[in-house]
Amino acid sequence: MTISELAVDVQQLSHRYRGAERMAVDQLSFTVHRGEIVGLLGPNGAGKTTTLHAILGLLQPTSGVVQVFGASPLTQRLQVLPRVHCASVDVDLPSNLIVMECLQIFAKLYSVQNAASRIEDLLERFELTTLRRHLVATLSSGEQMRLKLCKALLNEPELLMLDEPTLSLDPYMAQKVRELLKAIQRERHLAILHTSHNMREVETFCDRILFLHEGRLLAEGPPRAILERFNSRSLDELFIRVAATGELIDVA
Amino acid sequence: MLHRVGISSPFGGNSWNGTSRGSRQRILAMFQRYLFLHRRSLIRVFDIFFWPVMDLLVWGFVTVYLQEAMPSPLAGLMIFLIGAMISWDIHYRGQQAVTISLMEEIWTRNLVNLLIAPLRLWEWIVASLLYGALKVGVVTILLALLAKALYAFELWQAGWMFVPLAVSLLIFGWAIGLLTAGLLLRFGYAAEALIWGIPFLIQPFSCVFYPLSTLPPWAQGIARCLPSTYAFEGLRLILQHGSAPWTIWLPIVSLNLLYTLLGMAWCVWMFRHARAMGHLARLGQT
Repeated sequence: MTISELAVDVQQLSHRYRGAERMAVDQLSFTVHRGEIVGLLGPNGAGKTTTLHAILGLLQPTSGVVQVFGASPLTQRLQVLPRVHCASVDVDLPSNLIVMECLQIFAKLYSVQNAASRIEDLLERFELTTLRRHLVATLSSGEQMRLKLCKALLNEPELLMLDEPTLSLDPYMAQKVRELLKAIQRERHLAILHTSHNMREVETFCDRILFLHEGRLLAEGPPRAILERFNSRSLDELFIRVAATGELIDVA
Repeated sequence: MLHRVGISSPFGGNSWNGTSRGSRQRILAMFQRYLFLHRRSLIRVFDIFFWPVMDLLVWGFVTVYLQEAMPSPLAGLMIFLIGAMISWDIHYRGQQAVTISLMEEIWTRNLVNLLIAPLRLWEWIVASLLYGALKVGVVTILLALLAKALYAFELWQAGWMFVPLAVSLLIFGWAIGLLTAGLLLRFGYAAEALIWGIPFLIQPFSCVFYPLSTLPPWAQGIARCLPSTYAFEGLRLILQHGSAPWTIWLPIVSLNLLYTLLGMAWCVWMFRHARAMGHLARLGQT
């Protein structure tokens, strides 16, 4: 694998928040390649959000190196950010704008060419066309999540970070969104870094998973291989074991 | 540091524009974002005008009362209170517009969307300043018209000199706005009381409604460090004598330049500090 095929390269990443007793992330190293879907898993407080924030340049890690497409998201943010986007359940869109205004503003911020047709295409794909004149605040949580995904795909990113993208979607819509994201990912050879507590989704959606606990990487590999290696029937079972004991016993 | 780079990805799709045209587009986007807030919210439109109009009514009637109660040579001076109130509002609204732009993003949990967008910090600041200037311009015109209709006070009797004095007060408002935005970045919601209170900390030393000589010597020392003091002294002289000496412009320009640079440096420093601490994405929660 050559450097140019790396979307994300995290080496020895550590971060401790001021006043915290333990490290939020501790000596974490991993890579994400172009065209790969990687799941970032772990119980609450495992360090998933801190890792995502470090990749997005939202925090300066205590130590370690983060590179996105070979550039630092901290010091070369204008080389990194146009090629990256993120949709998170914890980040809202301006509720006091209508759907079209919201997307138009972000299209301008990302210098999207042919913005009008791009917006129409995304609204249609995510079944939001009829809501284009609606105030964001009046959308259901599922509709808002789909709008966040539209916004996250506006600039045709090469790396997409998804934080619980299907949490507020009903099973039918969640399945549709997963299929749509898979299709877009194949079309564009997109790298996706995905966090979710829906283990079934992770098993089917991700090519590879990173299992974190208390800021450390416990296991890494394709979902099937991880299950075999740790003698587990499902990721759900494995997740509960990690959350309860804080460790994984390698049987391979 | 924020670099000026154009991106041409070999993988197509994203085509972020690092040129001045791209900057204009992003500034316009942020400016529109704030304008759209008022499009369908009467409450927000009402909020722009309510407090300045209430202030004008109070100070206007105080002026009328003092004019009636005082001997005629002094009564003419009292009209200055209305001009001072309108001018102070320019400074205050300028400060508020910068800070509220940032508060708005925290309230709506939209801050992270902007921080991960290829938007330069200065582009965002410029959009906030323009939004503030527009609000100040509209409110000042309304207040001037109301003052003329209700109290026969003509703001334009100050002549063309009023324009640069008003601009200097607006710039000082922006500088204080950058200071308060920095506090918000550093301390989150905990700094909210300071954000609303800082303009009122400055007001007594700015000699808005009284001459500099009214203050005790220790307070005069503080007042001389504020560009607003010279602007209000100048405004008083213009309303009283029809002109002000050119010498007031040296402290006004130099102090405004100093405070604006300090405000920018403080804001950038606090931004970097908040990022280093990991506070940026958690601002709405602290």
